[in-house]
Amino acid sequence: MLELESVNTYYGKAHILNDLSFTLNEGEVVSLLGRNGAGKTTTVKSIMQLVKPATGSIVFDGNHLNRLAPHQVARLGIGYVPEERRIFTDLTILENLEVGRQAPRDGLEPWTVESLFKIFPNLEERQNNRGKALSGGEQQMLTIARTLMGNPRLLLLDEPSEGIAPVIVEQMAATIMQIKESGLPVLLSEQNLHFARLVADRAIIIESGEKKYDGSFAELEANPSIRDAYLSV
Amino acid sequence: MGLIFAQLLTGLANAAALFLVASGLSLIFGVTRIVNFSHGSFYMLGAFIGYSLMQVLPGAIGFWSSVLLAGVAVGIIGVIVEILVLRPVYKAPELFQLVATFGVILVIQDLALLIWGAEDVLGPRAPGLKGIVRIMGEPVPKFDLALIAITPFVLFALWYLLTKTRVGILVRAATQDREMVGALGVNQAWLFTGVFFLGAALAGLGGAIQLPKGGADLLMDFTILASIFVVVVIGGMGSLPGAYIAAVLISVLNVFGVSYLPQSTLVLMFVVMAVVLTIRPYGLLGREEKAGEHGQVGEPELPIKPASLTIRLLVLALIALLACLPFVAPSFFTILATDVIVFCLFAASLHFILGLGGLVSFGHAAFFGTGAYVAALLVTYVGTPMELAFLLAPVGAFLLAIIIGWLCLRLSGVYFAMLTLALAQLVWSLVFQWDDFTGGDDGLVDIWPSAWLRDTTSYFYFTMVIGIGGILFLRHLAHSPFGYALRASRDSARQAEATGIHTKRIQWVSFAIAGALAGVAGALFVFSKGSVFPVELEIAKSFDGLIVVFLGGVKTLSGGVVGAAALTLVQDYITRFEYWRLALGLLIILVVIIAPNGIVGSLRKLAHWLPFGRSKST
Ligand SMILES: Nc1ncnc2c1ncn2[C@@H]1O[C@H](COP(=O)(O)OP(=O)(O)OP(=O)(O)O)[C@@H](O)[C@H]1O
Ligand SMILES: [Mg+2]
Repeated sequence: MLELESVNTYYGKAHILNDLSFTLNEGEVVSLLGRNGAGKTTTVKSIMQLVKPATGSIVFDGNHLNRLAPHQVARLGIGYVPEERRIFTDLTILENLEVGRQAPRDGLEPWTVESLFKIFPNLEERQNNRGKALSGGEQQMLTIARTLMGNPRLLLLDEPSEGIAPVIVEQMAATIMQIKESGLPVLLSEQNLHFARLVADRAIIIESGEKKYDGSFAELEANPSIRDAYLSV
Repeated sequence: MGLIFAQLLTGLANAAALFLVASGLSLIFGVTRIVNFSHGSFYMLGAFIGYSLMQVLPGAIGFWSSVLLAGVAVGIIGVIVEILVLRPVYKAPELFQLVATFGVILVIQDLALLIWGAEDVLGPRAPGLKGIVRIMGEPVPKFDLALIAITPFVLFALWYLLTKTRVGILVRAATQDREMVGALGVNQAWLFTGVFFLGAALAGLGGAIQLPKGGADLLMDFTILASIFVVVVIGGMGSLPGAYIAAVLISVLNVFGVSYLPQSTLVLMFVVMAVVLTIRPYGLLGREEKAGEHGQVGEPELPIKPASLTIRLLVLALIALLACLPFVAPSFFTILATDVIVFCLFAASLHFILGLGGLVSFGHAAFFGTGAYVAALLVTYVGTPMELAFLLAPVGAFLLAIIIGWLCLRLSGVYFAMLTLALAQLVWSLVFQWDDFTGGDDGLVDIWPSAWLRDTTSYFYFTMVIGIGGILFLRHLAHSPFGYALRASRDSARQAEATGIHTKRIQWVSFAIAGALAGVAGALFVFSKGSVFPVELEIAKSFDGLIVVFLGGVKTLSGGVVGAAALTLVQDYITRFEYWRLALGLLIILVVIIAPNGIVGSLRKLAHWLPFGRSKST
């Protein structure tokens, strides 16, 4: 459902993504792994068109994304959860959710504030609190909930486990499993192999913007050399 | 007691229009990050359109529907401006959009002149609210009470719109992080347009609703501009309750000022602002600006290089040509060339801090004017010989720049810009209102150079030597380690600090140097004209500087100079026509749209494409 073909992305003169190609299929949770600065965030932003790839094509459900603006990508059904969370700290939880709301999509049960509060009970308790009053974990939950309000058909999650307490990380894994069970495909950018293995079906490893591995976690376990070369465990 | 209460009421009533207009400015800035200088023009249009409608629509219903319709009409004009003028330049470097809004000011000024004529218009009294009531024995106009009663409703309506509706929530979200709002599927373009509609409509409402008190005239666009900027900055950019508090504060203080300290009315507002910003740098209810929040980096800059031989020869040839001017052309051209050089030096000094230092000052005219006034005051009061006055003028400007720089450099971005504007206005209002010393509106006259420079030609050569010398000095400085340190402070303050550059001090020194050179330009100016008036310190003068620097090209050292020369020449030619503002405004807008890198930047790009364009340096 998502297909990247020889994508090259630059920041000014710095060549960040180098002929990156991969696909993601219906109902699949794929983890994009790599060290600090490997280009995971840049990949996600290139898909969202927040950074414009110089060459290569990105196709989602038959739509070429390359010429679109970020809001058009979002309207096609790609939900983006940014790494820095970027919740609206001056807005309440309910208002944050409202910003993310989009019309229901054909063939999908639309998310509502109520159904999201079932998955994120903490948020319900604090629904009228401003974003800035939330803890890191709560903020992370809020970003995911906010993006789900757009009824995405594909979710891009950029390092959801970063900077939150270990207890919350487990909770986060459970949440992602719940989302996965609803049938929503996810591209999960991660540094944390353990976390990725808990939730993802397949691993893609990148280093300096180049794909180094694409396959199952079982195969990756069997080849510790790959893991040691490209991941800091 | 009764009198004080009545004055308080007057202040509150005056705050109504001020709040309406300022809240519109604040909203537009909050979401689009555009400092809309044409906001005062929207206010003026609201007043004129409201006036015309009131001529047709009778009675109380007619009056109030005229006010509302004027708001809607101006809102629509705002949308037109946004779509035609600003949309094409959203991607341009930060603050470049300013220049486009300058163009809009000029266009609207002439359109208003065309439609409504040059006469001031007396606003009709509000039907049904014509008389006064006595409160504690003091007369208070009924209309004032109506205004006081209306403002909280407007505030409430805005509050409701912003907190309870989806659009309002999106607007507030976009004020904080518009890219994220886009990534969540919201089309920012329409959000921007919507905000422009609302902001302009509020300005229009403000203009129409103050008609019974203030009427309408062609100067009101600039008159209100300084006040609404002050209100928005004191309240905190983007905060509506802040704008309300600040509007009340300013208006009430102003009423008391008029009664008890009449000679200080203009100054008062800026003093309040300076005090508030010193204590709370981001205004009463403002949020701290994060660096880079504007998210517009633009293209990476070409490294500055020493000029190639071709360029050097070209510049030399140009200077030689200029030197021949008095022999080949009538003296009129010599005078024009003197003006051009003076303005080029002024623009180059602004470019130095703006282009190299990234410090966008909205008040650079303060230093030009101070230079001119220091010289003029010395000549007038102590009969200082021209040579000495000429030396002391930049010193005065330098000292002023030290003080203003110290106050402003604690802020950055738009807040820095606003504070420079406010402090420059403070200087202007001092000069304007201190009749006994500065001559006020009548200026200072009979400031002529010494005998050896008395004729046009020798003064022209004097200007050439000093002006071009000053520009070359700035250029030399830009290429020195000091210039590199300044650029480093602009591009990445943290990294610069890490390599041992004291960024604030570097910026402070450059600000002072730029001020001193603007002072030199001011001194050249005053002796060439023989007189000086407060206009030389006005906002419009600072704007002229900004226009030429942006139009010339921020990123190229020659930008300011080329822009200044182009503008002076174009202006000299174009002002012979009746509706020159219209033409100049449209020209500026056009240049902004087709050449977002400025004239020099675009020429360089062009040269880059052409096979012979190998010399890309300044
Ligand atoms: N705005 C930018 N301008 C220039 N270079 C950038 C920018 N953003 C990221 N980079 C560089 O691009 C490279 C890839 O960064 P990216 O953020 O995609 O990595 P990442 O894999 O997400 O890392 P992390 O695990 O730290 O989030 C890094 O070398 C980084 O320094
Ligand atoms: Mg990242």
